[in-house]
Amino acid sequence: MTKADLIENIYLKTGFSKKESDENVEMVFDLMKSNLENGEKIKIAGFGNFVVKEKATRRGRNPQTGEEIEICSRRILTFKPSQVLKSSINEE
Amino acid sequence: MNKSELVEALAGQKNLTFKKSEEVINLIFDSMAHELARGGRIEIRGFGSFMVKDYKAYMGRNPKTGEVIKVRPKRLPFFKVGKELRERVNLEEPS
Repeated sequence: MTKADLIENIYLKTGFSKKESDENVEMVFDLMKSNLENGEKIKIAGFGNFVVKEKATRRGRNPQTGEEIEICSRRILTFKPSQVLKSSINEE
Repeated sequence: MNKSELVEALAGQKNLTFKKSEEVINLIFDSMAHELARGGRIEIRGFGSFMVKDYKAYMGRNPKTGEVIKVRPKRLPFFKVGKELRERVNLEEPS
């Protein structure tokens, strides 16, 4: 499934034109991206939470050469699926 | 931000009623959940991709009691952040 499928689904079910469906879907992901960029989490009931985590600087190794390197502190995005999503994935 | 704040934000940006905006948001997450439930993969360019991983049954332990238990096979959803979003999230200096 891609963004095009999401847009098509909105188009078929809402009465929005193709263009409007496209703009709405793009806007939803743009809003989510700006929100996460600001370090704020997103909680979608029934789906899951997107959380920005701060990682501290640590010493690591280049697994190929064994060379010791410093891994700088950084921010990463994690997704924690909701219990509802996890159970629906496990239903046969 | 929670789902209803996302609904309000979309309504504000696109000049939609709360109800119409909610319909769009619900359709998006419902169809993504449905795709994952049938074991499919989702790829949102610029955002990231979702996939389902299969785990076989294994013998595990209850970490509290140490009791050996059989863990049944299961499937779990995973999210891999896209390059654009990964870079944008990391742009701000950690405080």
